[in-house]
Order: sequence, then C-alpha cells, then structure tokens
Amino acid sequence: MAEISQRVGGNGARSTEPGTVAHWGQRRGTLHDADGLIAGPGDPSAGGPRPGDPCIDGGTQGPEVGAGGLGAGTGSNAALRGVDQPLRVLSPDGSPTGASDPPYPALLGPEQHRQMLTDMILTRRVDAELVDLQRQGQLALYASCLGQEAAQVGVAAAMRAQDWLFPQYRELGMLVARGVDPVGVAMMWRGAYHGGRGLLERHTSPICIVVGANALHAAGFALGVRLDAADEVVVASIGDGALSEGDVHEALNMAAVYEVPCLFVVQNNQWAISVPGRVQTKSATLAHKAVAYGIPGIRCDGNDVLATYSVASDALRWIRAGGGPVLLELLTYRRGAHTTADDPTRYRGDAELERWAALDPIDRYRRHLVAEGIWGEEEERRAASVADEAAAHVRAEVCDAADPSATGLFDLVFTRPTKELERQRAQLERELARRRS
Amino acid sequence: MTTTTYRQAMREALRDALRRDERVFLMGEDVGRYGGCYAVSLGLLEEFGPQRIIDTPLSESAFVGAGIGAALGGMRPIVEIMTVNFSLLALDQIVNNAATLRHMSGGQFNVPLVIRMTTGAGRQLAAQHSHSLEGWYAHVPGLRILAPATVQDARGMLWPALCDPDPVLVFEHGLLYNAEGELAADAPVVDLTTAAVRRPGTDVTLLAYGGTLRTALAAADDLAGEGTSAEVLDLRSLRPLDTATIVASVQHTHRAVVVDEGWRSGSLSAEVSARITEEAFYDLDAPVARVCAAEVPVPYAKHLEEAALPSPGAVVEAVHHMAA
Ligand SMILES: Cc1ncc(C[n+]2csc(CCOP(=O)(O)OP(=O)(O)O)c2C)c(N)n1
Ligand SMILES: [Mg+2]
Repeated sequence: MAEISQRVGGNGARSTEPGTVAHWGQRRGTLHDADGLIAGPGDPSAGGPRPGDPCIDGGTQGPEVGAGGLGAGTGSNAALRGVDQPLRVLSPDGSPTGASDPPYPALLGPEQHRQMLTDMILTRRVDAELVDLQRQGQLALYASCLGQEAAQVGVAAAMRAQDWLFPQYRELGMLVARGVDPVGVAMMWRGAYHGGRGLLERHTSPICIVVGANALHAAGFALGVRLDAADEVVVASIGDGALSEGDVHEALNMAAVYEVPCLFVVQNNQWAISVPGRVQTKSATLAHKAVAYGIPGIRCDGNDVLATYSVASDALRWIRAGGGPVLLELLTYRRGAHTTADDPTRYRGDAELERWAALDPIDRYRRHLVAEGIWGEEEERRAASVADEAAAHVRAEVCDAADPSATGLFDLVFTRPTKELERQRAQLERELARRRS
Repeated sequence: MTTTTYRQAMREALRDALRRDERVFLMGEDVGRYGGCYAVSLGLLEEFGPQRIIDTPLSESAFVGAGIGAALGGMRPIVEIMTVNFSLLALDQIVNNAATLRHMSGGQFNVPLVIRMTTGAGRQLAAQHSHSLEGWYAHVPGLRILAPATVQDARGMLWPALCDPDPVLVFEHGLLYNAEGELAADAPVVDLTTAAVRRPGTDVTLLAYGGTLRTALAAADDLAGEGTSAEVLDLRSLRPLDTATIVASVQHTHRAVVVDEGWRSGSLSAEVSARITEEAFYDLDAPVARVCAAEVPVPYAKHLEEAALPSPGAVVEAVHHMAA
C-alpha cells in the first residue's frame, strides 16, 4: 500500500503518461501491477472487509461526531436524522431556528459566510446567463439549477479540495463553489469542448447524463480511495429521480457493504422531468432508504445553506473517520424547467412555484447575514459585480466561440488511433474538400 | 387521405390499440401527464386514465421487467423507453428474459410485449441519447425488430406487433416524428415481414431503414439528376430480415449500397451485405458498399454530429465509386 501511495504521489498529484493529460482511468493506473496491493487490508481476494475490521462497525464503534452526531440515538449505524422535521438552522425569514441539532456552524468565519453567499449569487447570475445564451442559440441545451443554490454551494463548501465530486448534470453551483471556471461548463453545453473543461483539476468528474450511473462510479472510486488509504472522500450528487434507478440501489448497497468513503447527496428537487416525487417512491422520505442499506440517512432543508453545510460537514467528518457511506437528502425545488427543451407549465402550476419562491435560499441567507452584521450594501455591490463579471466573461468566451475542427471527430475515440478510424478520417477530409470546392 | 405526422400516426396507433383491447396499456417515463418525451402519447392519459397510461419511476429495468411480467399474465403491455441508449439499463430484461422465456419454459409461457423506443441522432442530444443500437437487438433470436420509416408504418405496425405472441421492439427514429405523410382513414394493417421498395430503379439498390430511408431517397433524387436510376429498399423489419426481397432487387440492379446510421463494424449493414454476398454474389457488378455512421460516439456539437452521420452526398459518392 505504501508503495502505491508513493507512486500516485499523495493527494492531488496523479501519475500521467508523458505528453498526455491526466485523466480518470490513470488515477489508480498503477493498481493493476502494484505488488503491494496483494497483502493490503482491502485485498479483494481476502473477501473484503469483515465485521471487526476497523470500519465495518462504524455505527457502534465508529467516530463520535459530537452531540446529535450520526451514530447517536439508535446505537446502530443506521441512524436517521431529520425525517420528522428536516434539519434547519435558518427559518425562511433568515432568523436562526435555534436548533442545536445540527449545531450552528460556529466554525464558519465571516469571510466564509461571505464567500458562500457570493458563490450562491454568482451561481444564480451565471445560471440565468446560460439560459439566455441557450435562448440565443449559443448553447444547444442547458439544465438550470435555479432554486437549488443553497443545496449545491452548502455541500461543495463542506468538501475539501482533495475530495472528489461526481455530479449529475444540474450542479453549476457545486462546480462554481469548487472553483471550476463556468466558462468550461458553458463550453460543454455549447458542444465546443467535450465533457466540460477544468473539471479534473478540481477533482470533479464529467457530468453524468445516464441518470444514476455516477453513483456507481463514485462508489467504485471510493473503493479505490480506501484501497489506496488516501485521505479523500467521494461525493455522488444525484436527483430524487435517480434514486429510483437500480444502479443507485446497487451503488448504495455496495458502498455500504464495503464501507467506502462516499457521501451520497440527493437533491430532492421534487421533480424528475414531469414525474413528481410521489411517483418515484412510497418511502416516507428519501433518507429512510438508508435504513435498508444500514447507513446513516439524513434529511435536511436544502434551501438552508447553513443546515446543508452543517450536515454535509458532519457526514464528511463521519466518513473520513471510517464510518462508511451516508445518504443525505436535501429538500429543495427545481424552479426552472427540466432543461431548456422543457415546458414545465404542462405539468405543474404557479401556486407550487410561488410557494417555493417564497423559500428562496439566497434571500434567506442574505437576511441572516445582514442581521448578523456580516453583509451590507458594500458586500451586496461587490457580490453583484463579481457575478456580473463572471456572467459577462462567460458570454464573451462562449458567444461565437470557434467550432472544433470537424476531423477532430475521430480524436477522442481511442488514445491510440486505429487504422479504421484513420481511414474514416481521410474519407471525411475528402468529403469536406469536395464540399468546399 | 389526410396529411399527418409520424408522431400523430404513432399516437393514433396507440389510441386504436387501447380502444380495441382492454388488455393493452402503455407504461414508461413521462408518458402520462407529459405525453411522452417526444409527445407521442400526448392526450392519452386524459382519454384512457392513469390505469392504462402509466408514469413509471425512473427505473428502466423495473418497468421493462414489469412489462414482461404483465405479458406473461396475458396483458398486452406497450412499454416506452425514452431512447435506445437507456434501453441498455434494461438489457438483461430484454435479452436474457423477454427473448428467452418461451424457450426456457418449454413453450409454457410466451411474452406478448411491445417495447417502443426512440433511436438515432441528428438532434444534438450527444453520445448517450443518439446511438442506433437496433442492430444489436436484431442479433438476438426471440425478438422481432421493427423500424417504421413512414407515416403508414408508424400507424400500421403497432397492432400486428401487439398480436404477435412474442416480444417485438419498435424503433422510432427521433428525426421522423415531425415527418409528414398521407394516411387513409381506413389504412390497412401492414404486414411485418416484408421489406418494401419505396422507389423503383434499375441501376443500383440503396438499402435503408428507419432514419436512413430519407437519406437514401434524397441520394436517389440526386442520382436521378445524373441519369442514374436508384432503387430504394426499406428494410422495415430488421429481424427477421426479408432476404428474398433484398436479393430480388439486387438481382435486378446488380449493385447495392447499404445505408445505416449504426456503426459499420459488426453491424446490421454487415449482415445485409453478407446476405447479398451469400445469395446474389454472381449477380453483382461491383462489391457491396456501405455508408454508415463514423465509428465514434455521436458528438454533441452540431457540425461534428453532421459529419458523423450518413449523408446523401456520401451515398452518391459510394455509387460513383462503384461505377468507376
Ligand atoms: C438512465 C436514464 N434514463 C432516463 C433518462 C432521461 N432523463 C434525463 S434527466 C431525467 C430526470 C432525472 O431526475 P432527477 O434525478 O430527479 O434529477 P433532476 O433533473 O431533478 O435534477 C430523466 C428521466 C436519462 N438521462 N438516463
Ligand atoms: Mg429531481
């Protein structure tokens, strides 16, 4: 194991072939031929972890995460929190609920508070810009995260730089808060750059279009992290619809059995295209499903960024200490269309929209920070100008960005091009030349 | 005769089947209130109610498996899968179960299930919504594979598919939904076993199906301008293939170009080409040619996607190449 850790060079540094960009498959690229693996504690041939292994009894012997922590209450590792009342730190009017469970995130200093609110404001501004750019024909499609900013920024803020994010496709806020340049995201939706630029550097996987598949990838990545004994946690971000996929069930089950360091975050935004939550499940809450997997399940107000930050931090701490995976349900609402190709008036009414608009996550947090004296006109102006600049930057970079060369079509199929693809490339070049002449 | 779209024709076929037989029901993601991802089932929930137009959880394997179960019990389910790409989450149910249960049960059970799905590219939906994998399904014994390419087939294939005691997969090319055509009020039930000559010709046979029928017809127009008479054959049924009609056409034109939006290696176009070689080799004046999608994941960027797909120009070039 020591040998592997050395070879991948610890956090962040990844082995790469000379002259190539580091990519996913190479992260654990040395595992196949690493002798050190055979005797490692996670050796698959030894049948995987067993009761008595350091982390399998996480609930009873695992870490204490403070009062009201994940293991508390039930005496098993299947603790449920927030299923009667979603955990909430801020009331919709921005006043503290006084809830001690989770404890108020006192660890956040004024600067972090300002950063989180700025990230939320920036997310909303860039999100709106991307919708506009699609309407103007600059992007083929876009999936707006309007209304989900607290859930997304709260989770990302609780993650460390070395942790890994496996997003679905609606996570602009998580990406922004992790420091991914939104231009890279916009270029992806434009089709100018496959899969989004600047993700790997921020330990973020490409977005996942096959709903639910990223949960499996995250679980497997986390298995690798465990085998590597790396100090990283993997976060899978999925939707309420995704939770109905067999893939997600299998990912949760396997992650739980192997006690891998993986946090499953479900943004329960109430809708999967036109299908409401009640068609997805009969479970009282999505967090309840954790019970069957034997892992902690937490339900929290996802429009409350402080509650989200608190429970995500708690969960990540628990996971880092070897407690195994956690299922976190964030209650929020998709205020925009499913994507720019959708017309939600066909399946939902204004009343619902208004109800959720009144629970706006940005207003709530802003009111709180103003009351705390951390946010004022000056901060508001600065955040607005940061957001406007980001949006203008995205627009400037994206508008009429050059199309990638057509023969680049064949570049990314295999690392080493095949004869057959070379033949097809030559054929396309001939056809293009003929069309030009 | 009325002018109607492929989408409306398909909807009319669904409505007709739901009216004719109480055992018929439709199930899939967003098929109810939303009217289906491609608006095929729009209005059917209102007309037939939630017992028969069923929105499912986001669980492809579950609702295809449930369709099999209902069919085993004598119902006549129609399952809609959003795209062929997502049918892969139900591949085990389709290939290991629907296609084998008659065999595995010694003939005690059969699976009268119809599965409809969208296939094909051209709508900037990227590599996980755009592939043409119907050729894979056509590899599997126990399944009937249909590819309606015209408004008439969209209207006429569903009912005979439902009457088939075995599983039938219907592939609807996404670019066809808005295509228009003429439909007689009393349109006859179509047969599911034969290929159709969509345009007679004498110099070369263009073999196409589903989305590529339009490509082949456009190429035939261009070729006619040059004085080459192309016959266009619509395969219609991908399994079983109507080899007799294919061979008869090639025997008459002596040249063949297969036009397929699937990838060429190990493909349906390879199968068609092999059958021509097996049964009409001595009638050929030139090797069989194929125009297929570039062997890359279908790209999202518009110009890249266009470059990856079979075009009328590429078909014309293939014909020129044969004549040279
Ligand atoms: C396997 C699979 N099936 C179907 C789809 C089509 N689809 C795309 S998004 C979506 C809804 C997903 O809902 P949810 O997980 O709640 O995420 P949200 O869109 O609400 O963010 C569906 C059905 C898909 N992309 N992948
Ligand atoms: Mg959702």
